Amino acid sequence: MDMTQAIILTIITAATPLLLAAIGELVVERSGVLNLGVEGMMIMGAVAAFAIAQLTGSAGLGAIGGLVSGMLFSLLFGFLTLTLVANQVATGLALTILGLGLSGMIGESFIGLPGLKLAAIEIPLLSDIPFIGRVLFSQDPIFYTSIIAVFGVSWFLFKSRAGLRLRAIGDNHSSAHALGINVVRTRYLAVMFGGACAGLAGAHLSIVYTPQWVENMTAGRGWIALALVVFASWRPGRALIGAYLFGAVSIGQLFAQSRGIGIPSQLLSALPYLATIAVLVIISLNRRMTLINTPASLGKSFVPER
Amino acid sequence: MKLVSCALRKNASKLGESERCLSPGGDVENQQSEIPLLETRGLTKIFGSLRACDAIDLAIAPGEVHALLGENGAGKSTLVKMLFGVLDPSGGEILWKGKPVKIGSPGEARATGIGMVFQHFSLFEALTVAENIALALDGKVPIEKISDEARRLSLDYGLPLDPSAHVADLSVGERQRIEIVRALLQNPELIILDEPTSVLTPQEADKLFETLAKLKAEGRSVLYISHRLEEVQRICDRATVLRHGKVTGACDPRQETPSSLARMMVGGEVATVSGAGLGEPGEVLVEVQKLSAPARSPFAVTLKDVDLTVRAGEVIAIAGVAGNGQSELFDVLSGEVTVSDADSIRIAGVAAGRLGITARRLMGCSFVPEERHGHAAVPNMNLSSNLVLSRYASDRKTFLSGGWLGLINAGPVATATKRISSAMDVRKSLVDPMAGSLSGGNLQKFIVGRELDRQPRVLVVNQPTWGVDAGAASRIRQALIDLAKSGSAVIVISQDLDEVFEIASRVAVLNEGRLSRPEPVATMTRERIGLLMGGFHDGAGHPQPEALHAH
Amino acid sequence: MRIELQKRDGVSTLFAVLSPFVALGLTLIAGVILFVALGKDPVAALYSFFIEPLTEIWSLHELAIKAAPLILIAVGLSVCFRSNNWNIGAEGQFIIGAMAGSILPVVFHGWQSPLVLPLMIVFAMIGGAAYAAIPAFLKARLNTNEILTSLMLVYVAQLFLDWTVRGPWRNPEGFNFPETRNFHDYAVLPRIIETGKTHWGFGFALIAAIVLWFVMRRTLKGFEITVLGQSARAGRFAGFSDKKMVYFAFLLSGALAGLAGMAEVSGSIEQLRPVISPGYGFTAIIVAFLGRLNPLGIVAAGLVLALTYLGGEAAQISIGITDKVTRLFQGLLLFFVLGCDTLIHYRIRLVFGAAQKGSAA
Repeated sequence: MDMTQAIILTIITAATPLLLAAIGELVVERSGVLNLGVEGMMIMGAVAAFAIAQLTGSAGLGAIGGLVSGMLFSLLFGFLTLTLVANQVATGLALTILGLGLSGMIGESFIGLPGLKLAAIEIPLLSDIPFIGRVLFSQDPIFYTSIIAVFGVSWFLFKSRAGLRLRAIGDNHSSAHALGINVVRTRYLAVMFGGACAGLAGAHLSIVYTPQWVENMTAGRGWIALALVVFASWRPGRALIGAYLFGAVSIGQLFAQSRGIGIPSQLLSALPYLATIAVLVIISLNRRMTLINTPASLGKSFVPER
Repeated sequence: MKLVSCALRKNASKLGESERCLSPGGDVENQQSEIPLLETRGLTKIFGSLRACDAIDLAIAPGEVHALLGENGAGKSTLVKMLFGVLDPSGGEILWKGKPVKIGSPGEARATGIGMVFQHFSLFEALTVAENIALALDGKVPIEKISDEARRLSLDYGLPLDPSAHVADLSVGERQRIEIVRALLQNPELIILDEPTSVLTPQEADKLFETLAKLKAEGRSVLYISHRLEEVQRICDRATVLRHGKVTGACDPRQETPSSLARMMVGGEVATVSGAGLGEPGEVLVEVQKLSAPARSPFAVTLKDVDLTVRAGEVIAIAGVAGNGQSELFDVLSGEVTVSDADSIRIAGVAAGRLGITARRLMGCSFVPEERHGHAAVPNMNLSSNLVLSRYASDRKTFLSGGWLGLINAGPVATATKRISSAMDVRKSLVDPMAGSLSGGNLQKFIVGRELDRQPRVLVVNQPTWGVDAGAASRIRQALIDLAKSGSAVIVISQDLDEVFEIASRVAVLNEGRLSRPEPVATMTRERIGLLMGGFHDGAGHPQPEALHAH
Repeated sequence: MRIELQKRDGVSTLFAVLSPFVALGLTLIAGVILFVALGKDPVAALYSFFIEPLTEIWSLHELAIKAAPLILIAVGLSVCFRSNNWNIGAEGQFIIGAMAGSILPVVFHGWQSPLVLPLMIVFAMIGGAAYAAIPAFLKARLNTNEILTSLMLVYVAQLFLDWTVRGPWRNPEGFNFPETRNFHDYAVLPRIIETGKTHWGFGFALIAAIVLWFVMRRTLKGFEITVLGQSARAGRFAGFSDKKMVYFAFLLSGALAGLAGMAEVSGSIEQLRPVISPGYGFTAIIVAFLGRLNPLGIVAAGLVLALTYLGGEAAQISIGITDKVTRLFQGLLLFFVLGCDTLIHYRIRLVFGAAQKGSAA
């Protein structure tokens, strides 16, 4: 394996959790719901995946456990914001705070334990292609899932009838309700999908990226995923590009740190966060585009009248 | 016959139950002998303590255009929402072709054979026409097929549509076409139209009536909801009248006079508004010259070279179809949005284009925006706070104390709130209720009263009686005229042509951000206004090249 | 079974008062379940968590010391949240304020004068406000989402503090420990009463809460804040500027968070370290909501949340429960508060059987 391959591989590994979480949140926001709890769902996925992998000895079950726990955790958010119409911003923050607390408690006994790593799956024939095969087709299943999710969500949103209904709800929930579309149920499903994606993204951190449990190991990735959704202007393909750009930035700064070039490591560590701000600023420079693309009922509560 | 029917009706309204006035012609009797296509018996909807619909009996015969008449808040929309499965009835039953049915959702309504064209369109701006239509169809027909079908059907009914266009780019009239085509695609036996002409020019309305005639000829029934008597008389075979959630009459509208229908609707005489006494206009108070303002969002309208001169003692009406720049014009006149050319707006001779709304208020201007909730008033605040909202600067001496601390004086504010409420007859159950808990009419009376209370020199009002019941509307209109009589300049932006003719001394028409030259109302006709509203800027049916280009 | 909401005609005053208490009660019930699940005696656990810290004078002082930053930050945040500005970067403003406040005693430690402390306060407030001005500027000028920018700046501030303390500001006589010099006496915030540890940070918190309570309740500025938060459009109609309000809310809350940071390092820690806050900036969000965004309610809520910090430490010592329980309790509390607030505007009805027949979504 040469240097270039190694770098690309690490970029992919860094980008995968961002991409998965962003794709999930993208669907949630397309349905008009703003779930700021991505960080919380991610860390829950991370701790659950690690714990289940430890207890069962199977990293695969761990990944599934991460996915399921992210989904269950998102139901809390759904119940508060969709059934009890609580403020979405505040509830999302609550989900993050709760997730960080709960995961810290669950994970306490796992600190310092060596983790299990999810094995890579080599796709026959394709993995033999020179260079590309090694980079793209000898990866862990979560990477494949993230790529499938991008294309799947793209197809769902823009080609399927259910996706059309979801976009309609995000555009105008009152009209959707008047047409007989079940707004609350669709949003529940979207929120759960977002939770599952965030949970799996968290699992990737604790059983693929760095197979161990560290408190607060998501380190703001959930928030970066939220920013990616804005950057992608709610389009899955652009989320893919954005996630890989961010992956490159974070690997680049790690690389620079390891080389020990004269820049303080803290400044390099701050790069992904500063890059997030920069990206948000650049996107908001084009106000017209943001206005047109933002789902019109994003963040607004809906109470069905019967 | 007429006398009898009226006497009966009076009786009926006392008893609170409906009764049919028979018309001399055999038409109605024949239809009654058939099984109605749709019938409701004792249909009731209760929201909390409010009986929005109270034991409604309604029968729609096959192939008839049936009017549902009533004021704003009479319960018309609630009734049709139950018929279309959007709301669950609290009591009573719905019969379809004589058999009781339960309509649990719009999907079930469509499957039954009911189509619906909503008043506030249930359209999605970010989606294309074809996608909007597909959303209302059940099943898995591919979107391409829907596009073709929609294109064909829209041409058949003379409602041309481009299925690939985005709704955000379409005019109000075009949006309504989508709704109608969407309803027709399901081949319904009954089509419900909720206030369809409120957003159309008279000419567009005529086109709609042709479509309705075609539907009727095909044997479909139409339930036509309106509060406009003239058009109901023109196109409807029968009418059911609602007031305060109850049926107050059922009749053949052609056998009635507008005033007899109005009585059924309103339950008494509505004071007629009188413009008598408007004298000769005095000095120029507002002078708008070559006023242009760029659109502030992708969905807004650009104002182009607006000229307008308003004198003391006159009411100028600005007519036009919604979405042609009314709110944008209001915003620049009020100073909520300032313009770069200070001289393009002069108030009492002072260049005011760059002054904000507070500065303009201090010059004696007052403003009433269109949207009551969240613009003219904050719904979750009480009336006295809403008084402070627009008056804290102009009445600083009374309402505030403590110098730079800006302490709000609760006492004087409460007194003024009481004064305004009684002057405008604002009906409320608490002394100082939340603005959002008042009905549309009562809140609008308070909002208008709040501005009149300070006797402004200039008043700019956008849609003063939109969604307001007849009693409140006539009170508000009279108050505007009285203000002009006392020597102020009044600018009324209104979509309601009846209102325009009732109160204005001069009329101008706003179309796609351009304002026509104001003309005396005496020489203006409905047809001419309609042409101006439709973009024929000389008002004589010759389109301006630019206006055509826009579509 | 399904849950239906019915909008109340007005606001239920009863539930507006009751909701924080219901939320507290539910949190306690959740606590009992949790402790039982962990195999601990719930009564003993709850006692050591919520009662024990209140039984001794010294721990009451600890309570006040912990409550001070929470209250200071939360009253600032209440102005933000009420005006619909979502500043969730108070933690970063706290850190930058603490650093700005530490410039004099760390960099110019030779200058010892009674003027130092007042200047530290001024520096800290300017520092916190300046850091909050970044998301404010981006929001007002470019409409950039302030939630994400203010949060990202927290991470940046944490890393900046880490670098500063390990690098340029490290104590030259400190055996390479990552910490600054100890503050000299003129730079230490005095105690309110001689007998206890409570320093003036708590006094600042009470003063800020009372002043802002008065502003919100009686003045045109408070009215402006509320109006713009309820409806920006109505606010513009009133002649208020929503852009200026963005700056006002962020600068005010940033300054208060900065003051809290300075009070913490000057009153409690007496030097800078790589980590100076156990998440006060985030916990203050809970305090603000639990106090129903009312400055006086926030004082009470700040004491409650401070208690969870102390209780966590106490429970760890006395019954061996991890202090991570603290954050869990805090998160649960916020959840219950937000859920209970629904009762203020809606009546909740449980509908049994006969699920509605909605068409598939």
